[in-house]
Amino acid sequence: MSRLRITPWENSQRTVDDLYADMERRISAAPCGNCPVELTSAFLKLCLAQSCGKCVPCRIGLDRLAALLDQLLDGHGTQEDLGNILRLAQSIVDSADCAIGFEAAQMVLDGYVAFQDDYLAHVNQGSCTANFKSVPCVELCPAHVDVPGYISLVGEERYADAIRLIRKDNPFPSVCGLVCEHPCESHCRRTIVDSPLNIRGIKRFAVDHAGVVPVPPLAPPSGKKVAIVGGGPSGLTAAYFLSLMGHKVTVYERKPMLGGMLRYGIPAYRLPASYLDRDIEAILSTGVTVHVNTAVGQDITLPQLREAYDSVYLAIGAGLHKSLGIPGEEAKGVLSAIEMLDSTIRAVKPDFTGKDVVVVGGGNVAMDATRTSVRLGAKSVKCVYRRRVADMTALPEEIEGAMAEGCEVLPLKAPVAIQTDENGKVTGLVVQPQVIGEVRGGRPAPRDADQPQEVIPCDVVLMAVGQAVDSKTLADQGVPVNRNNIVAADDGSVPGLEGVFSGGDCVSGPATVILAVAAGKVAAASIDEYLGCHTDISANLEIPAAPFRLKQATGRVDLTEREASWRKNDFELMENCMSEQEMAQECSRCLRCDHYGHAGFKGGRRDTW
Amino acid sequence: MVTLTIDNHTVSVPNGTTILEAARKVGVKIPTLCYLPKINEVASCRVCAVEVEGVDKLATACNTQVVEGMVVHTNTQRVRITRKTNVELILSQHVDHCVTCVRSGNCSLQSLSKAMNIQSVPFRKEAPERPWDPALPILRDSAKCIKCLRCVSVCERVQSLGVWEVTGSGAHTTVRIRGGLPMNEANCALCGQCVSHCPVGALRERDDTEAVFSALADPTKEVVFQIAPAVRSAWGEILGLSPDQATEKRLAAAVRALGVRYVFDTTFSADLTILEESHEFLQRLADPQAKLPQFTSCCPGWVRFVRTEYPEMAEHLSTAKSPQQMFGAVAKSYFAEKLGKAPEDIFCVSVMPCTAKKYEAAVPEVSDAAGRDVDVVLTTRELDRMLRAMQVNVAALPEEDFDHPLGRGSGAGVIFGVTGGVMEAALRTAYWKLTGENPAPDAFEEIRGQQPWREVSFTIGDRELRLAVASGLGAARELMDALRAGQARYDFVEVMACPGGCSGGGGQPIHDGEDYAPRRGQVLYQLDRESPVRFSHENPEIQTLYQDYLGQPLSEKAEALLHTDQRKWTL
Repeated sequence: MSRLRITPWENSQRTVDDLYADMERRISAAPCGNCPVELTSAFLKLCLAQSCGKCVPCRIGLDRLAALLDQLLDGHGTQEDLGNILRLAQSIVDSADCAIGFEAAQMVLDGYVAFQDDYLAHVNQGSCTANFKSVPCVELCPAHVDVPGYISLVGEERYADAIRLIRKDNPFPSVCGLVCEHPCESHCRRTIVDSPLNIRGIKRFAVDHAGVVPVPPLAPPSGKKVAIVGGGPSGLTAAYFLSLMGHKVTVYERKPMLGGMLRYGIPAYRLPASYLDRDIEAILSTGVTVHVNTAVGQDITLPQLREAYDSVYLAIGAGLHKSLGIPGEEAKGVLSAIEMLDSTIRAVKPDFTGKDVVVVGGGNVAMDATRTSVRLGAKSVKCVYRRRVADMTALPEEIEGAMAEGCEVLPLKAPVAIQTDENGKVTGLVVQPQVIGEVRGGRPAPRDADQPQEVIPCDVVLMAVGQAVDSKTLADQGVPVNRNNIVAADDGSVPGLEGVFSGGDCVSGPATVILAVAAGKVAAASIDEYLGCHTDISANLEIPAAPFRLKQATGRVDLTEREASWRKNDFELMENCMSEQEMAQECSRCLRCDHYGHAGFKGGRRDTW
Repeated sequence: MVTLTIDNHTVSVPNGTTILEAARKVGVKIPTLCYLPKINEVASCRVCAVEVEGVDKLATACNTQVVEGMVVHTNTQRVRITRKTNVELILSQHVDHCVTCVRSGNCSLQSLSKAMNIQSVPFRKEAPERPWDPALPILRDSAKCIKCLRCVSVCERVQSLGVWEVTGSGAHTTVRIRGGLPMNEANCALCGQCVSHCPVGALRERDDTEAVFSALADPTKEVVFQIAPAVRSAWGEILGLSPDQATEKRLAAAVRALGVRYVFDTTFSADLTILEESHEFLQRLADPQAKLPQFTSCCPGWVRFVRTEYPEMAEHLSTAKSPQQMFGAVAKSYFAEKLGKAPEDIFCVSVMPCTAKKYEAAVPEVSDAAGRDVDVVLTTRELDRMLRAMQVNVAALPEEDFDHPLGRGSGAGVIFGVTGGVMEAALRTAYWKLTGENPAPDAFEEIRGQQPWREVSFTIGDRELRLAVASGLGAARELMDALRAGQARYDFVEVMACPGGCSGGGGQPIHDGEDYAPRRGQVLYQLDRESPVRFSHENPEIQTLYQDYLGQPLSEKAEALLHTDQRKWTL
């Protein structure tokens, strides 16, 4: 008899693995606003179920810790119990033998720090401060677009109505249909059943099939005038809503065309100008006046604007590129990624034919620069990043797409210097290999590897290492700034400057389109109130009743792209739209959280804001 | 129209109809518990589950709209077991001390449990006990709360106050006062709509009956009862009396049967309120500096609402005390003098359709005499409980008159109990005052109705009066916002906090899921029509009171006894 055997993975263990997978999906679809103490207690019980039971702190400690939390939840907790919770959790952290125990207790300590107010409320009031937020996609969309509403409209082939409903909260449906980072999908409840809905893909379908959708009628003129500095997504969003509210809006844009980063920063293969223009035309059709090629600070000053208008919204974006400060950065052939992207919309695009290009950075701008370089004819494109691929902040599909188009990603290489020839022209990027190290501030930090520096030969280096706000001229005119970002309250108001509001990238630092849109929406509401009005924005649409939902797990429809070998040769839109068949199936997967679950009671729909 | 099949009945109903509504149309019964039409269609109890062919889950009939060709089964084994299980689960988190529960016999959960033939609960029983201040007019027993969410919905959607909220997650989900605030800091109007919409005994009024029994047994106390207009339209409902039996004269006899020496009528002091309030109104009309519109002030729920939600508009409130408080003030002065008694020997009890009146009587600033003008406020439900406790065979009692001299009211006083009634009564007297002659008694009937916010205008003499009436605080809020924004302009506004007015008051008998306010209002209009005196100023007992004691409306004595500054009330 052999002393070793091949042991099959038992069926029962397979079922447990399946259950864990179900649980993982459920956790990733966590609703917003649950009671943190309740969750901590539940997590502890799961941890306890994983305990082998050998050691006291884990076997008994986790159970008694959960019991103390339950006492709080029952409204019988005391200040003394809080002390006991902390003491017990710390002892488990300090003395549990393995990670099953010490990490479980650490979770309690971390949660206590983050939710101290809630713990105290359980002791002092016997109840919770958390408020259940009902529709995850709406809650997680910064602009709170009525996602279940428009999905149900698209499902009924009411595409124009879907656009009207989206525009109630976001006047950039076409742009967002293509390039939104879709935070709405991140906690989609459908994930509990199978996987999140392709919400952006459904929006794209509506955009492609709606035709031209006129804007709603304007409110009666208020007689108030608002100036908007910056014609990017945030400024134009504010312009749109303020115009609908009956105010007279004028937009000042430094560049020759409106759109900001949408036009000058996002390559056409991701966002063709025709989509952007469609949204901008709708916005301008509300009667917005536009002055392009007009820089505030040079052509007109902030004091002049404040004098001439009842309110001013500053939305100048974050268009200034950052540099690494390494030797050789001023060499010929070193460009900032955003300058390069900007130049691609001109009649004569830069020509990278036959050139070896290195892009420095790991974000979406780096990917845009990488894939644009391919389209400009580069012989080779390498993306250099100092952490791992998994740590890149670019969307995974962008990284995969770039690789499919023949680019290479070189992770764990920190740029040290730029090598030049005698004419000051780039010949290579000197990098120091890295190893990934300890987690600091939430993500693992790289450090120098015990390996020599390397040279990556190249003709062009594109720096995509972040952007900053060009706030100096505004700061000189009295606008408060903090590390170049404009300072504004959460209602958009700028402290110390009455009637001046600000939002978008210039306040938050570089972020996403939908965050810029959300800031513009908030600013519009605040400015409307500041002007002494309270003009409602609504879509006045009948939303289809929620149908029955079948529980049958169904795969998510992912959007396909044009073949990599073709698309890499042009700037045409690379992403394909869903077919009608795919759209219908995808819409039917929506669980209608605006009707089923908590929203049937409260918070299902905000018709008006 | 949509055609569907429910248990072999074919039925055609308009688009948007729910399965529940369609089933009721063909006489198919589906049980409900949390459901309140248009107010709470949240399907939290899952008791109305039905089977729909082709759908894998059961559907909740109360909030699922019908679809063409749908085939519904309301009575399968799967449906029955599911409903029963869900009721058992609710019972497992509910303290079923039915024998000592104020709602026993009038509890939707109790009757549902009986209907489901539940004889034991197979699940662990555990109901959360949370403390509550027993001195508040409204009491909540967390161990009885079934989280149907009706109180939350009624307060938010009908009354626009949002005093109640849901908090916590999972099994610890519960209902509490918004933000965990004490009740008196949460802008609660104390209207009691949450109480009258609670399907179980989780919410109830503070029971003050023992204090009244004690006073009745105390030989040093002269117990004086006043009975509010709306009480007479509702008191017999849960005593098993027919509307013909539940007359106001039998009500007087029933209260007397409790051992009460003086059974008076708040209708009397409603007439007194009209004289003071309409004179105040005419004074404001004549004074260009005065604040218009004048608001009625007889509803303490409304007064609290103005104080907490629109404090800057509190000076619009008529300074006239409510009929309850005028009665108390007169009983402890004029009537006490007549009896030759000290005010503190009079024990004044009011029977009201209202929970907020318990608050009003306890407001320190409202009472003028020593101690409180009104010692105890009972709701209609508490009066019924006293009659039961004393084993009064109400149906067998002969009808009797109210006592005098505070027991006679006009038809105008009677309609105080219905939305629009105070306005109508005031107009009858204002017309007489302005023109010197009486209008036709029903000249202002246009103001009647169940519309939450109504407006009318009448020309009296050469003066056009713009008037508005609202019932329910949600409608009141709309009206107040319109006034504040300058979108509405009125001379006189009547608001009652409860939908339908006092007839639908939070202290009235509870009929789960049914709105009795309109039919009770009709009873009051009928009494008005039949009344020999239809004008407050023609009430002979009021005339005597002014002649012998008060002088004129708004006289110094009247101001001292019958008026108050609501802005100074302790909330």
